[in-house]
Amino acid sequence: MKISYNWIKEYLDLNVKPADLAEKIERTSVEVDGVTTPSDGLKKIVVGHVLSMVAHPDSDHLHICQVDVGEDDPLQIVCGAPNVAAGQNVIVALPGSRIADNVKIKKSKMRGVPSAGMICALQEIGFSEDVVPKAYVDGIYVLPADAKPGDAVYDYLGMNDSLIDLDVTPNRGDMLSLYGTLHDLAAIYDQPVKLDHPEVKESGAAIADQLAVHVDDQLSPQYRMRLVKNIKLAPSPMWLQIRLWNAGMRPINNVVDITNYIMLKYGQPLHAFDYDKFAGEDVYVRTAKAGEKLTTLDENDHDLDENDIVIADEKAPIALAGVMGGLSTSIQDGTTTVAIESAVFEHDHIRKAAQRHNLHTDASQRFERGVNQAGVQEALDAAAQMMNELAAGDVQVGTVVGSENIPAPAVIDLTLTHVNAVLGTELTMDQVSHILESLGFKVAINGDTLTVTVAVRRNDIHIPADLLEEIARIYGYDRLPATLPTGRMTMGTLTTKQRLMRATRHSLEGLGLNQAISYALTTEEKAQMFMMKASEPTHLAWPMTVDHAVLRMNVISGLLDDIAYNSARKVKDVALYEQGRVFYREDGNERPSEEEHIAGAITGTLMPEAWNQPAKPVDFYQMKGIVAAYLQDMAVNGDVTYEPNADMPEMHPGRTADVLVHGHRIGFLGQIHPLIAKQFKIAATYVFELNLQAIIDMPKQENQYDVISRYPAITRDIAMLVDDDITNEQVVALIERRGGAFLQSVKLFDVYDGVKVPKGKKSLAYTLTYQDKHETLVDDAVTQAFEKVSKRLEDDLGAQIR
Amino acid sequence: MSLKDKLSELRQRGLADIKKSSDLKDVNQVRVQLLGKKGPITEVLRGMRDLDAEERPKVGAFANEIRDDLTNALAQRKAELEQAVLNAQLAKETLDVTLPGTPVAKGEPHVIQQIVDQIEDLFLGMGYQVLSGPEVEEDKYNFEMMNLPKNHPARDMQDTFYITKEILMRTQTSPMQARTLEKHDFSQGPLKMISPGVVYRRDTDDPTHSHQFHQVEGLVIDKHITMADLKGTLQVLAHELFGDKFDVRLRPSYFPFTEPSVEADITCFNCGGKGCKVCKNTGWIEVLGAGMVHPNVLKMAGVDPDVYGGFAFGVGPDRFAMLKYGVDDIRNFYLNDVRFLTQFTKKG
Repeated sequence: MKISYNWIKEYLDLNVKPADLAEKIERTSVEVDGVTTPSDGLKKIVVGHVLSMVAHPDSDHLHICQVDVGEDDPLQIVCGAPNVAAGQNVIVALPGSRIADNVKIKKSKMRGVPSAGMICALQEIGFSEDVVPKAYVDGIYVLPADAKPGDAVYDYLGMNDSLIDLDVTPNRGDMLSLYGTLHDLAAIYDQPVKLDHPEVKESGAAIADQLAVHVDDQLSPQYRMRLVKNIKLAPSPMWLQIRLWNAGMRPINNVVDITNYIMLKYGQPLHAFDYDKFAGEDVYVRTAKAGEKLTTLDENDHDLDENDIVIADEKAPIALAGVMGGLSTSIQDGTTTVAIESAVFEHDHIRKAAQRHNLHTDASQRFERGVNQAGVQEALDAAAQMMNELAAGDVQVGTVVGSENIPAPAVIDLTLTHVNAVLGTELTMDQVSHILESLGFKVAINGDTLTVTVAVRRNDIHIPADLLEEIARIYGYDRLPATLPTGRMTMGTLTTKQRLMRATRHSLEGLGLNQAISYALTTEEKAQMFMMKASEPTHLAWPMTVDHAVLRMNVISGLLDDIAYNSARKVKDVALYEQGRVFYREDGNERPSEEEHIAGAITGTLMPEAWNQPAKPVDFYQMKGIVAAYLQDMAVNGDVTYEPNADMPEMHPGRTADVLVHGHRIGFLGQIHPLIAKQFKIAATYVFELNLQAIIDMPKQENQYDVISRYPAITRDIAMLVDDDITNEQVVALIERRGGAFLQSVKLFDVYDGVKVPKGKKSLAYTLTYQDKHETLVDDAVTQAFEKVSKRLEDDLGAQIR
Repeated sequence: MSLKDKLSELRQRGLADIKKSSDLKDVNQVRVQLLGKKGPITEVLRGMRDLDAEERPKVGAFANEIRDDLTNALAQRKAELEQAVLNAQLAKETLDVTLPGTPVAKGEPHVIQQIVDQIEDLFLGMGYQVLSGPEVEEDKYNFEMMNLPKNHPARDMQDTFYITKEILMRTQTSPMQARTLEKHDFSQGPLKMISPGVVYRRDTDDPTHSHQFHQVEGLVIDKHITMADLKGTLQVLAHELFGDKFDVRLRPSYFPFTEPSVEADITCFNCGGKGCKVCKNTGWIEVLGAGMVHPNVLKMAGVDPDVYGGFAFGVGPDRFAMLKYGVDDIRNFYLNDVRFLTQFTKKG
């Protein structure tokens, strides 16, 4: 809501600039979205009086006007507006002026005729199209007859006012009005606030003889109407129009404008009906019946149902209660009798109706948050009084009341001790009670206890904590001390799981992979790729897009999306890892379980190419080396083994291995299937994904000191030809099993399957290292062991030792 | 010519030859020539037996002296020449030290992770636990136990990805307040925790909105926790993340699960508080929401609000990173362009 600085100043004696006032409001009440002064940035825009006007000889729509701008000679201005006429006072942008959007106006010629400036529409000097009175939307604006040529136009149009745009939180509906804001400012600046109250001059007949209302008070706890006859419909006076357009509302006519003005002032939405269009003299507040329809003021049709609250006459709904009135009973030319409605509607219904019909109005916004239930009659009276004063209406005697459940004010007990204990302050009883009284609350003190009677307008205050907020904010958050919690000692330590997750990240970063964080919501297809176990996908009920509709059951597909993003931007070398959750769901369960995974993906080269380092494209063994080093870092207790897996549809059937720890599969690694690479539009990519939770849960090895032997080691190399289907693992396992007591390590140093070996064979070469920790090894002992293992290789694996 | 004169001449000639020798081979030749078994000194010494017994020791001593001189001169010359050889070799080995060093593979933590780690470390140091909770939550924890019953208007502020009527993607890390409060045994001490994690909102991704982002929840509940403690804690957090020069101010706000509720602003990075475009001329930037835990939240989790109370806060690492590093598009955090990921490497 935009609130007028000038309007505030009519009630409070403030000696602060608008920007300072706005800051104070922001720091004490509600957020401020900005402060604007409509005349800011405008220059040399004055009142002009059109002395004469002739048609442009070369145009069918332009006119040549002689305009008095308060100088000795009139200015000649060519104007194309359809509504310009001699005798009008108009807005003139002089030569050298600046209008909206920082546009500069210069002398010019229009179709050969000199034109010194421009006659302006309101939109051209910065007004939003939405607030310009309908009569002037398609033409220039006509100023009042008493405007003086040559004067700057700003004061005539209220443009020197400053408008503070309040972003009101859902709890502070009271701030959606001048009066509510004044109450807060009175407390902030510790000033008394003098509000004016209406005095209605009634005449004519009793309303009760002319109108009856029948109200379901569950839907509308308060419902009141007044009747005003013999209305003279006309445009509102300038001051009223200015209040409205500065608040962002379009002036329409005096009756409608008065209802809007009262809403801005009191926060109470009103509705004006054309009484003569009612079918009968009875008005009902009820739920709609299925099948009923209503055309609202904005000329949209709505199908209603029993969730809608409507105002209805004998025949049909005439308004969507608290949201928008109906077209059939709206104020139109010719309206003379107006029924003014001032009511409270149940906020939940209003909120849902506004959503359902997509009609978020000034009225619905206020009813949703709750209006001042103690001010319903006052707002009604104020509107009636204004219709008498500004539209010459005869306010009929009395008010019809359909329901009047005014809530009792909240009464809250609070102790000073509690206030200071929670806020960390040392406030006195006087300070606290003064703050609460300045907000218009009643305070009774009994010893340490304050009994606070809260003003009804503050429907957000129910419990002591609510009062603490009032005390704290009015006292000022800046004045609160800043301390740290004291009390019993607590330990701040990471859990084993958290430590391992940190170690995981550090390990993989050390191995050259960058941490990625990808989207956990993905497409249905990608969610189900690279599955490590069977699971049902989990779908969002109402996704925003198909791209983020299903919870991932693998981390790799997100990394492939990342690689695709890089690849599309010509970044060819990408090495990523991600630690994140996957979501497995069993059929029949609504909720998936969440499992921590760790995954990596590399495309291009891991080691950056350089002048002294050729590009070495990533391959299976590089990725395996990373996985192995990582698992070594994590110190899982048990043998890590790798078994070929040709069955994962998204993986290369010959270049994929399951990763097993102590025989349990914890994940896989390998090259993604070329078709998957093609689908993602990426180059050859190697990936791994491991169940991190499984790694976390596994027993771990402890660091331990192992004596470094002082005795020399002896090495022997062995090269052999074996059949292609003999794996390295088989060979190493055999050597380790049969290598004798002094064998310390077996290291593969060459693999060859080129032209120099027979078809179907390959050559493998290993270095065997022997050492005795307690004495120098004798060569003979090594030779004996070496020969033994060579023999076993020949016998068991059919190896030909070379 | 006397023997002595012969020796003197020998020395002179020898020293001259040594000086003339130009490589190690030369030096060796000169050594053999001068000091070898068939060399002139040996010869001179052989001639000593013709001398008087009186003269003999004198000449002998003189001859030894000359031999030592020559030996030393040879050693010195040899060292000189060796040094020269080494110098020549080193000169040949000279590199262009301005050529770039061989690059190494180096991975970096994600910038959001860095901020989360920094927050975790700060609060661990102040005795907080770090807890993580489910990303797929129950409506009960995400909303109801946070004092947001069904139909609460503030639910509209957080557009939610529902999976079923009761199951949703958590919109905030606040459900960890309810989950932790339910379990905590206050006889074992106060509750001090932070809970970082991923949250989800039904938003269209654009430069300032992401349907996935991060939050860190903080919660302290004990018998005597004050709003001043909240203010001090937030100050420590701002100083840790941004530096000591940054001020914190609190402003009233509204969250259903805290009362009083505040929003915390810190001094604008861009202008240092003078006012600029980034801070909309206020000199302040909003960074987090906080407040004193609402009694209803405590009550619903089975904690007596008449005995216990405290504060809670929620910070957005994404927003922190955007502010701290001037990142102008939140989507950068989730698209993982390597050129983006590798920008946040400064550890010193």
